[in-house]
Amino acid sequence: MDIKSMKNYLYWLYCQFELITCSYLMEPWEKLLFYTFNITMLVMVFYTAYIFVPVHISTAFQFFLHLLGNQHENTVSVLK
Amino acid sequence: MANPSAVCNGHLHHHHQKQNNLLKSGLYKKNGITKGMKKNGISNGTPYKKKIVEHFEQAPMYVAVLTFLGFGVGTIFGYLRDFMRAWGLEKRNVAAEREQQKDFVPLYQDFENFYTRNLYMRIRDNWNRPICSVPGPQFDLMERVTDDYNWTFRFTGRIIKNVINMGSYNYLGFAETDVNALKTVTIELQKYGTGVCSTRQEMGTLDKHVELEKLVAKFLGVEDAMVFGMGFATNSMNIPALVGKGCLILSDELNHTSLVLGARLSGATIRIFKHNNMQNLEKLLRDAIIYGQPRSRRAWRKIIILVEGIYSMEGSIVRLPEIVSLKKKYKAYLYLDEAHSIGAVGATGRGVVEYFGMSPDDVDVLMGTFTKSFGAAGGYIAGKKDLVDFLRTHSHSAVYATSMCPPVAEQIIRAMKCLMGLDGTTQGLQRVRQLGKNTRYFRRRLHEMGFIIYGNDDSPVVPLLLYMPGKIGAFARRMLEKNIGVVVVGFPATPITESRARFCVSAAHTREMLDTVLNALDELGDFLHLKYSRYSKSSHPELYEETRLELED
Repeated sequence: MDIKSMKNYLYWLYCQFELITCSYLMEPWEKLLFYTFNITMLVMVFYTAYIFVPVHISTAFQFFLHLLGNQHENTVSVLK
Repeated sequence: MANPSAVCNGHLHHHHQKQNNLLKSGLYKKNGITKGMKKNGISNGTPYKKKIVEHFEQAPMYVAVLTFLGFGVGTIFGYLRDFMRAWGLEKRNVAAEREQQKDFVPLYQDFENFYTRNLYMRIRDNWNRPICSVPGPQFDLMERVTDDYNWTFRFTGRIIKNVINMGSYNYLGFAETDVNALKTVTIELQKYGTGVCSTRQEMGTLDKHVELEKLVAKFLGVEDAMVFGMGFATNSMNIPALVGKGCLILSDELNHTSLVLGARLSGATIRIFKHNNMQNLEKLLRDAIIYGQPRSRRAWRKIIILVEGIYSMEGSIVRLPEIVSLKKKYKAYLYLDEAHSIGAVGATGRGVVEYFGMSPDDVDVLMGTFTKSFGAAGGYIAGKKDLVDFLRTHSHSAVYATSMCPPVAEQIIRAMKCLMGLDGTTQGLQRVRQLGKNTRYFRRRLHEMGFIIYGNDDSPVVPLLLYMPGKIGAFARRMLEKNIGVVVVGFPATPITESRARFCVSAAHTREMLDTVLNALDELGDFLHLKYSRYSKSSHPELYEETRLELED
């Protein structure tokens, strides 16, 4: 039951996408072109995210750690 | 004398019956002394006797964004297809010049029809559908299919029967084929035939026209009327006869094409005021009187205000009392086009003048058509006898256009007699009441479901907003699959973001038909996600009406 209503919901979402972007009106080859373009763009965005986001996050993490870490070291050196 | 329009319980009681007596017996016209009620001023301080409820709700912002997105994608693909057609990668289906004329001045401007070629053609199967029966509450449709994406159609030969008709302007249900109802029309058809073969001024004035004109004048409560063969031509051919160069026309933003065409043909200066906006109209009137004509600063020869009774794309009703008081103050003339409102609003179907409880003497030129509520064709102009006599000699339509054909005139006569009660039955009044009931029921249910509906609560024209171009085609096609015929309207006729489906409620619709349509709309609204309204009311208003309990003690 859950799978069926899930499938219906996904089909409904797909219909909404078709209506909003006017791909409901397109001929089949135009639809193919449009979906290919969209999926290519999405794949490129995800691939870029996959490659760059971990590097950016770890760099940012290191930057903040460096800020806090530096203070700690200073206080330690003063006490010494 | 006690004031009968007393205020009790916080509600102003408006006596409809007394108004009708005044109109029917014409007492107000005879010697200025009325035996009816006398009002000592309006209790609520406005010229309106009942509250005007008009809705023009704006959809949430994301709807406008998505609409533009849809149009953007459509435009990109339009450019792509045009490119392919220009470079010969695709067959050209539009009109093109011959090879020998390629060096001449171009006959067809390619970009002008961009929208028609690339967006309208894709959903063209929802318009111009041929029907093959009388357009009553239900009709029969000829089925057609397309093999090349709407460039050409072919008929399969099958007829789709009993499609519920929500698109015809059949407000009072007079478009019928019942033999008893059309008895007099049949007799006249056999007596006169169908052709008149002449214009009004030559040999085309028949006794039927004289009878019809007298009846129209009596129906509206004016001195005289003149009828024309075509409703559109009534506007476009008579406005040039009434105004000319040196006159000023103040026309509403959303006026019908016939009024715009008539105004442009007349050669007068045209200024547009915002839709139903009385402050804007007053400002234009004041500027016109203060500054006069553009270069010479002379006074305008005539100032005329063009408005419609019900605007068919919005469903809004004109603010007649305010306009009449403005016109009296600034000494302008008023031309009221009651194409959709005659027969459809008012307690006895006499149009917006009766709806607001005003006298027909307040409006200078009353114009209307017989196409909508009377099931015939043609138009009329009514008013003072001097005006109508002037039009009989000076109107282009009277001099050059063929007059109305006699069976059609008889159909209008019998419909009008039925409405006025002169045929001995109360059928006319029942039809008007049934239309009012159907309108209120339909609008109330649509509001409760959560659709965005425009217009006044009393107008039988119901525009339902669709917004996105993709949904226009989907809506019309799916409604046809459910055996309901609707009219959808898109960009050139409406603003670009506000495409809509327009329903015309009729007195001939039964409650079951309206319920079928409403259930289909409910389903379709959920499937296409059309229920954008943020103010949907519950179907149990008693829970909200707390103020009434406080005042009634």
